[in-house]
Amino acid sequence: MSAKLSQIVAGALLALGATSSLQAATITISCGSNAADVEYCGKFAEEWGKKKGHTVKMYTPPASTTDNLALLRQQFAAKSADLDVIMIDVVWPGVIKDHLVDLKKYSKGAEAKHFPAIVANNTIDGKLLGMPFFTDAGLLFYRKDLIEKYKLKAPDTWDDLAAAAKKIQDGERAAGVADFQGFVFQAKAYEGLTCDALEWVHSFGGGEIVDKAGNITINNPRAAKALDTAASWIGTIAPGGVLNYGEEDARGVWQNGKAAFMRNWPYAWSLGQAADSPIKGKIGVAALPAGSGAGAKKAATLGGWQLAVSKYSKNVDAAADLAMYMTSSDIQKKRAIGGSYNPTIVDLYKDKDVLAANPFMGDLLDVFTNAVARPATATGLKYPEVSQAFWDATHDVLEKKSSGAEAVKKLEGKLKQVKRNKW
Amino acid sequence: MNNRTRIAWTFLVPMIVLMAFVAGWPLARSIWFSLTETNINDISASSFVGLANYYGEFGLFGNANYTEGFWHSDWGVSILNTFKFSIVSVLLETLAGLGVAMLLNQDFKGRAIVRTAVLVPWAIPTVVSAKMWGWMLHDQFGLINQLLVDWGLIAQKIAFTADPAYALWTVVAVDVWKTTPFMALLILAGLQTLPKDCYEAARVDGVHPLRVFWKITLPLVKYPLLVAVVFRLLDALRIFDLIFILTSNSSSTISMSGFVRREMVDNGNLGFGSAASTSLTLIIFLTAVVFMRAARVRLSEEAS
Repeated sequence: MSAKLSQIVAGALLALGATSSLQAATITISCGSNAADVEYCGKFAEEWGKKKGHTVKMYTPPASTTDNLALLRQQFAAKSADLDVIMIDVVWPGVIKDHLVDLKKYSKGAEAKHFPAIVANNTIDGKLLGMPFFTDAGLLFYRKDLIEKYKLKAPDTWDDLAAAAKKIQDGERAAGVADFQGFVFQAKAYEGLTCDALEWVHSFGGGEIVDKAGNITINNPRAAKALDTAASWIGTIAPGGVLNYGEEDARGVWQNGKAAFMRNWPYAWSLGQAADSPIKGKIGVAALPAGSGAGAKKAATLGGWQLAVSKYSKNVDAAADLAMYMTSSDIQKKRAIGGSYNPTIVDLYKDKDVLAANPFMGDLLDVFTNAVARPATATGLKYPEVSQAFWDATHDVLEKKSSGAEAVKKLEGKLKQVKRNKW
Repeated sequence: MNNRTRIAWTFLVPMIVLMAFVAGWPLARSIWFSLTETNINDISASSFVGLANYYGEFGLFGNANYTEGFWHSDWGVSILNTFKFSIVSVLLETLAGLGVAMLLNQDFKGRAIVRTAVLVPWAIPTVVSAKMWGWMLHDQFGLINQLLVDWGLIAQKIAFTADPAYALWTVVAVDVWKTTPFMALLILAGLQTLPKDCYEAARVDGVHPLRVFWKITLPLVKYPLLVAVVFRLLDALRIFDLIFILTSNSSSTISMSGFVRREMVDNGNLGFGSAASTSLTLIIFLTAVVFMRAARVRLSEEAS
């Protein structure tokens, strides 16, 4: 019913606004909720507004990607015109494809400069539904100073990491920092846990939950072993509280100098290197460690965000223009230097200024290009349920409520139920 | 008579129309949705599936895919969690509320101020108080962990909101803090209607205060107390916000309302979610009936 009502209200507003929106439009852009997003998205969007004579409004979405998508789907169901330009996650295009504008008409081929894998991800049924804005991959952040102090090196496998984290944690706690932690990551029951756990599973050679052809592959001993390994960290090198940590919670502990290792996205680099950061200049970045056994490799989950334009926007042309401006090489470069947002334009990885600000971007280029995608394309509309079932199963293992083997078996049954006849 | 009936109808019709519009229609629509498979992506493209969302291979109940039994399925766990939470929290709130109400029923200086002050936890929006408690209970920076460590009560900080052994009981504790004032207020209203003469007679006879409580206060305040408990129980069975904000929202602490929200909002399954919400309504309704029946039976036994 509320859907109907807001349609009526939206219609009324549309009628009222129709006369005034001919020259100067008000464009609402949704682009992330952390401090850096506000600084490096809002500011540039306003610059565009001043240039083109439009008013730009910032919309702050929920911090949790899960809530963000849920809210967006409600707004789409109500055909809400509240949002014009929307920053969407790399796993969303399949879920919300019916509500986005095809940007091909506006991009005029600009997408050719971006990573082809991301452009392919954003193209559904021949429609370009989002312009790549920045890319992400899970990274291992470590404390350079502590690694040196304890005569260690950046870990290559998860076992190395556990041993190093234990050594540093014991040493620091003995030295008087009672609440020092070895390793923090994201294990709250939400999309972030799916990203972390996919890295564990993939690094042990346990596949990608659902393969490209849509077969459910999660019930295998390597995946079980990966989850058991992660569960062994809780209470030994990681605090029990990680079970309720999202990205910013983990960064809070890390940036206060209370953790030796952290799994997070690249955005944590520039915030950790900010002038007021207690760990400025002490941060090292590496690829996430590999698992053990046959098929073990280093794995990082592909993240990243795109700018899309809502079909229900009142000013599609202006909104698309803003999306193109924000994803242009010029702005991506500024965002990379200031906010360590990984560009999606290949050439920027050879740019001297970008590499000077973010040395890890050059070193870890293959981490970004080879990142493992979540099974969003294979599962389409049902991806949110698949992801949820996966993070719930993982959370159960981390809580030590079930073993890895039990959890992946139960998860397989649940995914079959979600799938019904087809994805 | 005919005329009176007509007048009565005239007065009632606007109300009935309004109720049908704001309560009847959404309810009917929700029940209709529960018989279909509908995704929020395109509400108009729904297909009728009968009772499949309730029962069978893809249903809430009697689902063969629940290999570990119904009570280990997400829906079963959410029912268990909701009842565990409701029974313990309502019990504690009733006892604490009764105590506070008895205190506030005494004459003392500044009673009006204390009465107002007691209401503060109830007046704070749940979102705000849940966030507040979330920070106080934080496993790394939280005030409560810091105090417990400083006083030497615990060696390791406890992840109150994340550790499944604590999470549900943490929610109960915060809910008791929040809702005791509500119970106290309802019970206090009951206490103030009690006849003074019984107490005066007891005082003249020199009856022990505890005996006065058991023999006079409790029997007299029983009905207002039961009404308060029913109110609170119905409310507690719908618990959503506190759990959603305070805990990690995994399936181990989820409540029935949380399950409904997850299916409808996160997963966009309007059909299956509506089936869960319809079941939720029926479960609460049945609980209320059973509780009221049981309470009345015990009362009549005492009377005989």
